Amino acid sequence: MEPVLAAVIGLFYAVSIYLMLSKHIIRILLGVAIFSNAVNLTIFTAGRIVREVPPIIPEGLEVLDKVAANPLPQALILTAIVISFSFFAFLLVLAFRAYQDLDTDDTDGMRLAEPKGEDLPPLGY
Amino acid sequence: MAQNAAEAADLAHALVLAPTSAADWVVVAPVAIPIVAGALLMMLRHETRWHAGLAIGALLATFLSNVLLLHRVLTDGPLVMTMGRWLPPFGISFAADVLGASLALVATLVALVGAVYAIADIGTVGRRYGFYPFLMLMMAGVGGAFLTGDIFNLYVWFEVFLISSFGLLVLGSEHPQLDGTTKYAILNLIGTTLFLITVSLLYGAFGTLNMADIARKAGNFRETAPLTTLAALFLLAFGMKAAAFPVNFWLPASYHTPRIVTAALFGGVLTKVGVYALLRTLVMLFPLERDMLSCLIAWGAAATMIIGIMGALAQTDIRRVLGFVVISGVGVMLAGLALGTAEGLSGTIFYAFHSMIVMTALYLLAGVMNGLAGDYSLRSLSGFYASHPLVAAFALLLMLAAAGLPPASGLWPKVLLVRAAIDTGWPWLAFAILATGLLTTLALGRMFLLAIWRMPSGPAPVSAISPRLGYIALGVLALPVLLIGLYPEPVIAVAERAAAGILDSSTYIGSVFPEGAVQ
Amino acid sequence: MSTLIFRTTAPYLTSLMILFSLFVLLRGHNDPGGGFIGGLIAASAFAIYGIACGVPAARRALYFHPMAISGFGLLLAGLSGVVSLFLEVPFLTGIWTSINVLGISVDISTVLGFDTGVYLVVVGSITSIALALEERGHP
Repeated sequence: MEPVLAAVIGLFYAVSIYLMLSKHIIRILLGVAIFSNAVNLTIFTAGRIVREVPPIIPEGLEVLDKVAANPLPQALILTAIVISFSFFAFLLVLAFRAYQDLDTDDTDGMRLAEPKGEDLPPLGY
Repeated sequence: MAQNAAEAADLAHALVLAPTSAADWVVVAPVAIPIVAGALLMMLRHETRWHAGLAIGALLATFLSNVLLLHRVLTDGPLVMTMGRWLPPFGISFAADVLGASLALVATLVALVGAVYAIADIGTVGRRYGFYPFLMLMMAGVGGAFLTGDIFNLYVWFEVFLISSFGLLVLGSEHPQLDGTTKYAILNLIGTTLFLITVSLLYGAFGTLNMADIARKAGNFRETAPLTTLAALFLLAFGMKAAAFPVNFWLPASYHTPRIVTAALFGGVLTKVGVYALLRTLVMLFPLERDMLSCLIAWGAAATMIIGIMGALAQTDIRRVLGFVVISGVGVMLAGLALGTAEGLSGTIFYAFHSMIVMTALYLLAGVMNGLAGDYSLRSLSGFYASHPLVAAFALLLMLAAAGLPPASGLWPKVLLVRAAIDTGWPWLAFAILATGLLTTLALGRMFLLAIWRMPSGPAPVSAISPRLGYIALGVLALPVLLIGLYPEPVIAVAERAAAGILDSSTYIGSVFPEGAVQ
Repeated sequence: MSTLIFRTTAPYLTSLMILFSLFVLLRGHNDPGGGFIGGLIAASAFAIYGIACGVPAARRALYFHPMAISGFGLLLAGLSGVVSLFLEVPFLTGIWTSINVLGISVDISTVLGFDTGVYLVVVGSITSIALALEERGHP
């Protein structure tokens, strides 16, 4: 199972990096969304994969009696999903606003903060 | 009865059963107070009159609890509290050592001054939009990042202060801000996601996320796990957050766009969190791997310093000059990380204290000058020496501090770093630090010459309002700059303790795992 | 978007979804569910209401400003952690007690308080973002 997941993760990273190299904000955002999914899968795989045994301690025992799925990666992924979801929502609003106000989603055209051909500082009094 | 005793014995395997005294709460207070205050401010968003008072009160309380925390850590060693009573490494620990506590203290001081300055600078609209709630949540994130003892939790705090910083950055929604925030947000999100990738690989290798646990187990895994890869990824991820060359381009694109208070706090505090995380991970968790990467870090440090300050030389807008000065300061701090000796690291930590205060003060000075003259451009600012001698005095002191000249605070960390570089046998790194000092003197000296010293061209466009709050804020920040410059010994002692604490992590590990605890 | 059918069913759908979100929130301690997912369901309910009946109507229906709801949730979550200060246990320790409501003992805990806080934070912030996007969609 791990090799398959590793290949999928690699594919996700490749797709997301390809998208993030684009000049258009919306593609970059799609890349970011795929990027965070790739990370979630990485965490999932890093926590080892075990078939469908819930980590519930049976009545009367104090520790798990057999190999069970690792619950921690799922907690980590849930946190990461929450965070990346809220970031993505924020970025979407921001990009939409920037698109409306700046009339472009092309990063080459977004030069308001650092305009081209600015004056040099005075070289003397 | 017997049943109960057995149960208690079993619980001891999973829970912290010793009662937690109220005094231990100083380790969570620097996070809990800002969160609660931020939540209250969010609820009172229309009562803008209350915002400043409530935020300043809460930051003052946070500052005091940080003072107590640092005092406690200096006298008794690292202070640990594990959330929800679970034993570490299963519960998330908050572990304050000298490094984290001292940086949290300085960051809160800076935020407090920023909040005071913002009373006049942020009007009703900005407050309604949520300046103070965002500020409080950002400080909660920064405090959490400095104090947490768990690497995944560190990621969470990074995201907390990052998302609040987006809110602060875009506050006002002017067009350059939208542009700057878009770049800042996307690049920083990619940076923290890289951090998360590293955490997931680390978890895959170690099976634990508690930093003390990782530090003590690193030796066992050195043969089997790709620790150098992890260290390199941490270097990239936190280098991005700290704005080290060549991943620094988000900083000059965005730090000059927001309100000046926001820029001051970002320039002062946020990049240092990246430097702190580098120190924590590379020095404490992966010391041998840091050795392997030290040459790379040293070249990155030198490039960050020199290229950063050369950027400053080319700018006309004071805020953009300062953005590049922030970057070159990060380079100086990375130099100590590259050296990795006790002296170099204490230089880095000392420089972080100094840089937090001085960079914030410089941005606020730019804000005061803008308030008086209505511009940030070196082409039009002039004549402050004649009209506002106090501004000139602050400018001189802060310029000397940033350039690392006596009698201000910037001298001593550079002395430590240069000496450490020469002792390590890297005279070129020492040369880079000194050359950066020279170029900073040029960049800021020119600012002083043009904006302060130059005769006013035409009638001085000086507003009648005296920037009293600005003077108070600058005074509060300039005082430690001067005092540290004249009498640096106590700060050097703290920085040395902090460096010793991360170089030899046994006391840190011992305070998280008092009895060796479970594996 | 706002056809007659949609506008007529939306209020019922919204109230049903909010009820379901509360159910998901409350069962969350021992079963799948919890504050985050419940909050998302409630936020999508308000988003649907906003699409069908217009953003001003959705804001009126919420009564409080979404960010204020978020703030209250954060406060609630923070304070449920602080309760443990008084019992000499670390921050965020779950503290349980049961009260008798009409002869049925109901377990309440700081954990539930924290989860409700999360629920409100999610409802507030996601609704705020969704309504902002819907407002921009129809200038």
